[in-house]
Amino acid sequence: MQRHLISAADLTRDDAVLILDTAEEMARVADRPIKKLPTLRGRTVVNLFFEDSTRTRISFEAAEKRLSADVINFTAKGSSVSKGESLKDTAQTLEAMGVDAVVIRHGASGAPYRLATSGWIDAAVINAGDGTHQHPTQALLDAFTMRRRLVGRDAGIGHDLSGKRITIVGDILHSRVARSNVDLLHTLGAEVTLVAPPTLVPVGVESWPCEISYDLDSTLSKSDAVMMLRVQRERMNAAFFPTEREYSRRYGLDGDRMAKMPEHAIVMHPGPMVRGMEITAEVADSDRCTVVEQVANGVSIRMAVLYLLLGGNEPAVTHTRTEEK
Amino acid sequence: MDTEHDKQQYEADARPVLEAPDIARVLTRIAHEIVERAKGADDVVLLGIPTRGVFLARRLADKLEEITARKIPVGSLDITMYRDDLRMHPPRALARTEIPGDGIDGRLVVLVDDVLFSGRTIRAALDALNDIGRPRAVQLAVLVDRGHRELPIRADYVGKNLPTSLRETVKVQLAEEDGRDTVLLGAKRTSPDAQQ
Amino acid sequence: MSKILIRGAKVLGGEPQDVLIDGAVIEAVGTGLPDEGAEVVEADGKVLLPGLVDLHTHLREPGREDSETVLTGTRAAASGGYTAVFAMANTFPVADTAGVVEQVYRLGQEHGYCDVQPIGAVTVGLEGKKLAELGAMHESAAGVTVFSDDGKCVDDAVIMRRALEYVKAFGGVVAQHAQEPRLTEGAQMNEGVVSAELGLGGWPAVAEESIIARDVLLAEHVGSRVHICHLSTAGSVEIVRWAKSRGIDVTAEVTPHHLLLTDELVRSYNPVFKVNPPLRTERDVTALREALADGTIDIVATDHAPHPHEDKDCEWAAAAMGMVGLETALSVVQQTMVETGLLDWAGVADRMSFKPARIGRAAGHGRPVSAGEPANLTLVDTAYRGAVDPAGFASRSRNTPYEGRELPGRVTHTWLRGKATLVDGKLA
Repeated sequence: MQRHLISAADLTRDDAVLILDTAEEMARVADRPIKKLPTLRGRTVVNLFFEDSTRTRISFEAAEKRLSADVINFTAKGSSVSKGESLKDTAQTLEAMGVDAVVIRHGASGAPYRLATSGWIDAAVINAGDGTHQHPTQALLDAFTMRRRLVGRDAGIGHDLSGKRITIVGDILHSRVARSNVDLLHTLGAEVTLVAPPTLVPVGVESWPCEISYDLDSTLSKSDAVMMLRVQRERMNAAFFPTEREYSRRYGLDGDRMAKMPEHAIVMHPGPMVRGMEITAEVADSDRCTVVEQVANGVSIRMAVLYLLLGGNEPAVTHTRTEEK
Repeated sequence: MDTEHDKQQYEADARPVLEAPDIARVLTRIAHEIVERAKGADDVVLLGIPTRGVFLARRLADKLEEITARKIPVGSLDITMYRDDLRMHPPRALARTEIPGDGIDGRLVVLVDDVLFSGRTIRAALDALNDIGRPRAVQLAVLVDRGHRELPIRADYVGKNLPTSLRETVKVQLAEEDGRDTVLLGAKRTSPDAQQ
Repeated sequence: MSKILIRGAKVLGGEPQDVLIDGAVIEAVGTGLPDEGAEVVEADGKVLLPGLVDLHTHLREPGREDSETVLTGTRAAASGGYTAVFAMANTFPVADTAGVVEQVYRLGQEHGYCDVQPIGAVTVGLEGKKLAELGAMHESAAGVTVFSDDGKCVDDAVIMRRALEYVKAFGGVVAQHAQEPRLTEGAQMNEGVVSAELGLGGWPAVAEESIIARDVLLAEHVGSRVHICHLSTAGSVEIVRWAKSRGIDVTAEVTPHHLLLTDELVRSYNPVFKVNPPLRTERDVTALREALADGTIDIVATDHAPHPHEDKDCEWAAAAMGMVGLETALSVVQQTMVETGLLDWAGVADRMSFKPARIGRAAGHGRPVSAGEPANLTLVDTAYRGAVDPAGFASRSRNTPYEGRELPGRVTHTWLRGKATLVDGKLA
């Protein structure tokens, strides 16, 4: 039994469905006059953010507070980390303060795995995004959003995403969101297609459980959901694509392209969006775009993960890969 | 109950103390008591505690409707995240909390559960209610009260008082979940989880 | 002078023989040699090899004495059966002047565990821009013949050409660290299936292969010899094989870790597996073993790269590249080459002693085990099996990828010019 959430690939189908079902109940708390549960009272969670990500940090913080956990926020900027303190020392310092769980965001792929498996600390580790590796709670909230929209809020309970066709478009190479989503959506029975210019697809992608396409237009009509990933303008300077204009013409989602999608299909984006680059304002502001919903769902999913990992005397989620030493 | 075999074994060993007709009769009586004590049940909201309390609440609502010819709001109240033994077990899957549309503020909430034992479930339910609204009053209806209270809690409506020893178990089965209506009294087995 | 009789040793893995050492020289090799006046070492079927020669060692002194010194590094070398090591130039200051190489050379002589032959930097400060004073380093007391910017690639084709040409004047050789810098910006591990999954920056095989291809063509063009450091891919093997078939004067080395480990190990994100060049795939490992067996790859070199604990006890991206290797090299070669039937012990002597000494022009090393030769010898208990325990290392650093792994063979004795540096597995 594992007490960490490091990679979406570690979740079994039943684990993932349990998290989604639990999140559905957590979502109802948001509708109540008192948006708080006593579940994690007396537990301390530290949000250890080595990378700036106000959105993710706030989402975790809201989830932790709704479950009555004590929350410590630690950001690398202006801290001992900028004075050369190592990840190990930082983690051990925090644990000495009696931390039960560490939510970590780190620029280095594998840093949360290292934290969970190196024997540095005993606390549970939840990966809030590491380098270009994984961002499992993002994948879970995306799957949750898809299940609500494509299967139904109540009809979805107990169900996965079997047969749903999901297209992920953009900078796959540098995206932890893409990696996590491919793993989780595959586990949940969905068919995933990645669309990107060949320069932004990693060498070795052939082992991933998904299809690869370089042509966005041909995939749109066969998609139940299209997830647009942020493309950083700086990539242009490293010759991943010639110009911003050429990128958005070939791989951006505009109104005309959205019209090619089936009636029921949704447009997703993990945020922050670069309007005019991978998505036009028309699409971003349309009813089919779930960006705002994804943010709300993020809190419910993170509440579910925190409850299932920390709520009892041992975690309710089973893991396969991240075995403890 | 770990396996189907264990379940069958338990049922063979256990003694029924209430059968389907008894349960129906008892619920009818409780419905009448509610109408009587709540002076017509105008503002009653029934909240069942999952899993079997919810089915009992729905049955009570049907009976109240027969008596009063009015629709009685019925919902469910999951107390999992309010349990005081949360840290002693792996996290449990959550059940549905469904509060009827008009809410519970200023109303008479009748909590419905199958077995009243230590009283800890009801304590958790009262805490959960606190986060949902402010009822005029809260009452408790149970199918069986088996005694051994660990908290100062008592039921307002009791289907059957069943004196038990701590070595015994009480198991309520309902058609909606278990395929038949019965209350079984059995001997406690090795696993403490078998206890209701 | 004292005499030592090594009795019943399988010389280069052959039939048991006695070897009599007198002073610094082997006096006789044969059966039933007299033991009078000699200290007797019962070899008891162990394998006797010529003292091993490592063409690629990082001793870290001067500058990084926290990870290794000439003393600790040469003690590690003696423990691993080495009698000569070539010390890489990437120290602080860089070994790009006669002064630095002489200092390192003298430290080796003073300590007496193992001959230290400094490698000189090809370019000033390893910066790849301006040739270092190669001739001065050669003429110094250290007598440098091997030049390398190892750790960095001499990527400028003109500088590489000039270096190849220039060292011909005194029989030198340039040892190239083949790594195209632009293709490996931000690279963290072998680029392939595993890097795609782990989200670690990919280090493509072509970044190594393209430089090797260029350099063998340059060597052919200017009629120089060139040595390729730590060759790690199947493609590199093909290029070297082609170059040799064309008669190009190229030699190549492979590290023990590239003969055994693959990039699958990186899944642990444990930086003890982080190394330059990176661990590759099973297919590459197979090709490297075959190439070492058929002579396409000439030698095994350790690329012994000590790092202090804190440089490895961290997240992958922040960790230093490299692993220690002197004390495990022979065991890894026994497992990957001897026990697989790819090489016999004579072959091991060739790849780990004769040829590296010849490439580096190390006088007195890599000589046959026969009368009149310098008594540089290594005795190996090939029947030994045991788990690697870094706590027992003579090296100052512990960054071994083999901790807890069972490896065969153990060096029990090492003699440097007749003087025992290792006796019964303990440093003298």
